[in-house]
Amino acid sequence: MKKAIITVVGKDSVGIIAKVCTFLSEKQINILDISQTIRDGFFNMMMIVDVSGANGSVTDIAEELTKYGKDCVGVDIKMQLEEIFTMMHRI
Amino acid sequence: MANFNDVVNVFEVEETNNMIEHNNLDVRTITMGIGLLDCAAQDVDTFCDNIYKKITKYAKDLVKTGEEISGEYGVPIVNKRISVTPIAIAGASACKSSDDYVKVAHTLDKAAKAVGVNFLGGFSAICQKGMSSSDELLIRAIPRALAETDIVCSSVNLGSTKTGINMDAVRLMGEVIKEAAELTKDTDSSACSKLVVFCNAPDDNPFMAGAFHGVSEADCILNVGVSGPGVVRDALKNAEGLDFEELSELIKKTAFKITRVGQLVAKEASRMLGVPFGIIDLSLAPTPAIGDSVADILDLMGLEKVGAPGTTAALAMLNDQVKKGGIMASSSVGGLSGAFIPVSEDQGMINAVEAGALNIEKLEAMTCVCSVGLDMIAIPGDTSAATISGMIADEAALGMVNQKTTAVRVIPAYGKKVGDHVDFGGLLGHAPVMAVNNFDCSKFVNRKGRIPAPIHSFKN
Repeated sequence: MKKAIITVVGKDSVGIIAKVCTFLSEKQINILDISQTIRDGFFNMMMIVDVSGANGSVTDIAEELTKYGKDCVGVDIKMQLEEIFTMMHRI
Repeated sequence: MANFNDVVNVFEVEETNNMIEHNNLDVRTITMGIGLLDCAAQDVDTFCDNIYKKITKYAKDLVKTGEEISGEYGVPIVNKRISVTPIAIAGASACKSSDDYVKVAHTLDKAAKAVGVNFLGGFSAICQKGMSSSDELLIRAIPRALAETDIVCSSVNLGSTKTGINMDAVRLMGEVIKEAAELTKDTDSSACSKLVVFCNAPDDNPFMAGAFHGVSEADCILNVGVSGPGVVRDALKNAEGLDFEELSELIKKTAFKITRVGQLVAKEASRMLGVPFGIIDLSLAPTPAIGDSVADILDLMGLEKVGAPGTTAALAMLNDQVKKGGIMASSSVGGLSGAFIPVSEDQGMINAVEAGALNIEKLEAMTCVCSVGLDMIAIPGDTSAATISGMIADEAALGMVNQKTTAVRVIPAYGKKVGDHVDFGGLLGHAPVMAVNNFDCSKFVNRKGRIPAPIHSFKN
């Protein structure tokens, strides 16, 4: 399994999760965990996904996802391989 | 079911991304070291042909790999660079004149551009004990080599704790720096920003202008330079009132986190390129970006401006904590590894100079306790070669006696005087021209030979 972390931040609106999930399913990316809150009217979501079966390179999909977030959902989306966070925060 | 106990939480993710997005966390450079000893030839054209082929073969995927890793982890990798075996060694049999060495510099420039890297370092001579004829030919070629190329960097190691200081090289480098300044007078003497002289130069430094691939290294390796003054600065924003122990811990923890990112990138790049990982350089390397400043960190530690009394102590502590945090974060640490204090590349330093808080003498004291030395400092264009040699000798003496790397990268800005400005653009930044003590030292630097190695170098 190759895990990535997706963060979604932006103004709350209808259908953010649905749109992101649809995008991921088209890319054959499996969602392992979702945590989500609304803080000061801002939508905050963190997803843990499995990209090992994804139909494309992580770099390309991450770029596409950021663009999709900006153009089609109106939020900031980042996808990064999990290791950058575990390296920094776990000994 | 996945086990989420060891998975990062939302706060940790936020912390990391905040460092990247707001505090300029990046990996400053992936530098591929390429050995050129097997390119040696009897004539310069064959030598040039050999090094062009080897560099473009080994480094062909370097930039692409850097960009891919950057995309996967969402962390910028600012520079991709190459360091090569000191050309005065690799080219000794091929180059019969300084013109030959200039020709080699052009080939290096062309090869570096062909693979798309930002800089190539290693137009260098290692002559801390004595200059071979090859070393001298290369050194005399430096001004033209740097003036006629764009991304080739040059360095000369002219002293070490083991050997003492080669004062013949020190004297020559004063003249070479002046000549390089004059040849690039139309661009604020920019050639000097690509030229550094060292005492105790490391073989595996990934940072420019002083990177070269030492002869003790394997054929090809990857060295990574991390950065992150902005992250340390942000961590210290709420540090008012902390005692020194708490302050040290805070810096150490932050340095650990920054270095881990470098370690990850180094490991990944090494795997993808099939090239062994060499070292991580832990240096806090500032950029002209607002907030990405070592000076700002010192200010937050409690100084009104860098240069105030206490600056050296604050820097010593910062440097030490960065090392302590970084050492545990990486499997192999090397290069320069400390805080950099270049003037032109650090807006906080520039502000301190302009406010009158910081002068060259204080910078010299600061170089005793952090990595490198008098770095990216613009001095008046009419500073004599002997005075520059004197400055080099002073810095080399600090390095020699304290068993550390020191360096000088000064820019005698042609036609400029104290108070004027020079501008190199990009990462090299801009700088006010600083005053130099002009009392004459020519009788001292014109003596021939070598300053002997200090007594504590005899350890066998």
